[in-house]
Amino acid sequence: MNNLLDKCCNKCTHTPQTPCRDYIKCRKEGPICHDDASCRKKRQDILDTINLPADSDRKNILICAGTGCTSSGSKRLVDVLHEELQKHGLTGKVSVKITGCHGFCEQGPLVIVEPRKTFYIRVQEEDVPEIVEQDLLNGQVVERLLYKDPATGELAQTYETVPFYAKQQRLVLHNCGHINPEEVADYIANDGYAGLVKALFEMSPKEIIEEVKKSGLRGRGGAGFPTGVKWGFVRKAPGDKKYVVCNADEGDPGAFMDRSVLEGDPHAVLEGMMICGYAVGADEGYIYVRAEYPLAIERLKIAIAQAEKYGILGENIFNSGFNFRIKIKAGAGAFVCGEETALLTSIEGNRGMPRVRPPFPAQKGLWGKPTNLNNVETYANVPHIIRKGGDWYASLGTEKSKGTKIFALTGKVNNTGLVEVPMGMTMRDIIFTIGGGIRDGKKFKAVQIGGPSGGCIPEENLDLPVDYDSLTAAGAMMGSGGLVVMDETTCMVDVARFFLTFTQAESCGKCTPCREGTKRMLEILTRICNGEGRMEDLETLERLGRVVKNTALCGLGQTCPNPILSTLRYFKDEYIAHIQDKRCPAGVCPNLLVYQIDPEKCNGCTKCAKNCPVGAITGEKKQPHVIDTDKCIKCGVCYQGCKFGAIYKA
Amino acid sequence: MTTCNCTQNLEAKYQELEKVFAKYRDVPGALIPLLQEAQEIFGYLPADVMKKISEEIGVPFSKTFGVATFYAQFHLKPRGRYIVRLCQGTACHVRGAAKVFEAVSNDLGVGRNETTEDQRYTLETVACLGACGLAPVMMVNDDTHGRLTPDKAVSIIKKYE
Repeated sequence: MNNLLDKCCNKCTHTPQTPCRDYIKCRKEGPICHDDASCRKKRQDILDTINLPADSDRKNILICAGTGCTSSGSKRLVDVLHEELQKHGLTGKVSVKITGCHGFCEQGPLVIVEPRKTFYIRVQEEDVPEIVEQDLLNGQVVERLLYKDPATGELAQTYETVPFYAKQQRLVLHNCGHINPEEVADYIANDGYAGLVKALFEMSPKEIIEEVKKSGLRGRGGAGFPTGVKWGFVRKAPGDKKYVVCNADEGDPGAFMDRSVLEGDPHAVLEGMMICGYAVGADEGYIYVRAEYPLAIERLKIAIAQAEKYGILGENIFNSGFNFRIKIKAGAGAFVCGEETALLTSIEGNRGMPRVRPPFPAQKGLWGKPTNLNNVETYANVPHIIRKGGDWYASLGTEKSKGTKIFALTGKVNNTGLVEVPMGMTMRDIIFTIGGGIRDGKKFKAVQIGGPSGGCIPEENLDLPVDYDSLTAAGAMMGSGGLVVMDETTCMVDVARFFLTFTQAESCGKCTPCREGTKRMLEILTRICNGEGRMEDLETLERLGRVVKNTALCGLGQTCPNPILSTLRYFKDEYIAHIQDKRCPAGVCPNLLVYQIDPEKCNGCTKCAKNCPVGAITGEKKQPHVIDTDKCIKCGVCYQGCKFGAIYKA
Repeated sequence: MTTCNCTQNLEAKYQELEKVFAKYRDVPGALIPLLQEAQEIFGYLPADVMKKISEEIGVPFSKTFGVATFYAQFHLKPRGRYIVRLCQGTACHVRGAAKVFEAVSNDLGVGRNETTEDQRYTLETVACLGACGLAPVMMVNDDTHGRLTPDKAVSIIKKYE
């Protein structure tokens, strides 16, 4: 027996064909059907290698293999580490585990040494011998690789004391970065599939739906519809054949929580979907994943194959009579497919264009059958709710938004990465405490939440508790939870134009308000950015925005004016500066920029003159240079290259 | 002396396509996976291949063409050996992705969705790669590269022969 899920001896009869209802419990606490101390010890020994006891003399090295750390070179670390371990004869005593994303991608590649939970950051190949000799052999922490709090200068000795993690409450992300996502045993050793077992054997479908309603869980895809209520609709809808669909078409630029959950803890999503399938009366599930996420697709395939191999997915699961199969559908690159009806149309093999609702998918969904559609994060919450109860879940968060939410914190903030906090934490806490404040000592300007459907929130609203309703009141929306922090060097008109460029390109063209409206709004924004705007443009933008919001067919169109309307609401002065003064206050819009050289600071090093692609800079050596503004194409090469800060934007 | 074995290659590709057809026979909603796998085999979607797919599953060619042109993933023209995909997501945008694009585009001498003459690179943009923590980001085939500057991006791309 090498794997926790294998049989301990020949007395065990569980197979997918002859399932046993105590299977999961047996693997963790068993054997249950017979009493044998040696079988018990075998199981406990394996469990102890997965979750090391604090006093263990073994060590586990966890290497993050999420997309972020992989691109920073974590894959090479695995090979080097194995070599070093072999060299020092540590192979049997130290296990090297690949994990999913830790969320602190900025500091990757991340390496954690258990059981002490020492947290090493930005580990390169050449650091590996030192970690092996100093930490693994001599038990001394390699201090230079620890995280140093930039504010206090303090070194974080363990993972939990890093300020980025200390304020978080990681529920859905609990396993991400700690278990091997390609090993179902790791998931089961950490309470995995216990929720499914409880649902199948201790609860009726009705009770499950009641429990989810009680928890107050709302859809994490953005709209925030109560999950339990939706499940109730699907259960009640007439029909023998029903479907459970997981929306993993995470298209919002700036959001990557679903990707991390799929890559770091794929079984949690499968378990949530299975519980849902049992509750609503479905036997088939689809996961619709973006094609841009090849690693997530790979991990899901492995997870499904392992679950099938051990009889966790398939026919008569654990001898409960419940059958469930899950298939993966890879998207083909269309943002609108994140909209539920468009997603279903795409699974059916068509152009992914939305349908008119009603009928809602709960009545007529995939191939006309009642279909429950939730997002990745929503399903990943479900096993926790079933295991610990709806009341426990409802104790987290605010009155109307329960539980935790994962945010993808990015942009001009010091600590970028995935952050999971209870609903209701203030934006200020998220950005300044967890995020460590703004980069390079610049000044905060706004935070953009919810991607192309969301809005920009200014400084005066930073103390708002973050939940579904307060964000909507502020003109933004939760969306999928992307938080892009912007500082004084970000132009808000340019940001609005950026989002409109995106939605205009992604508009499927089915309904007129969205097809034509996005185009016209983008034209106006481009005009303003180019310094050709007119004051009446602002009114037109506002009116067009309202019309598109009220009349577009689907969520894409109905929310696409939000970036414009919210920046107009909070940053109207920037629009006016572009139109009346022909000036971009943040110095971003190239047409409105003039580069100049400060003769006091310029020492005539000639670097800018050499680099200028159009020969617009002239001057004698060791004498202040001058830019010919007529020739200048505003590429910014001189500005970026000047070591003396002599070039400025006016 | 080397001989061109294009026709032979092409035949092998069509045989491969037949295997894919067999796999999806009687699977509902097979059009998109068929196009995806066909593109894997051919590198892009030649008109003839799309016609074969239409005949195989009994849908009008117009529908197949409609689906192929709706999704960003499908390409109707041959592409380079290396697909450079520069992320244009929000996080990358505020951290200067536009400058990176400009530098790469100038260096390769091609614009968006264009392929270099030697068929070495195709330059594309993508809405978001989901690696926002490392913005600005790009992918060259399946490798993700982060924390880019215009110069760094250009020098990374050069390494792909």
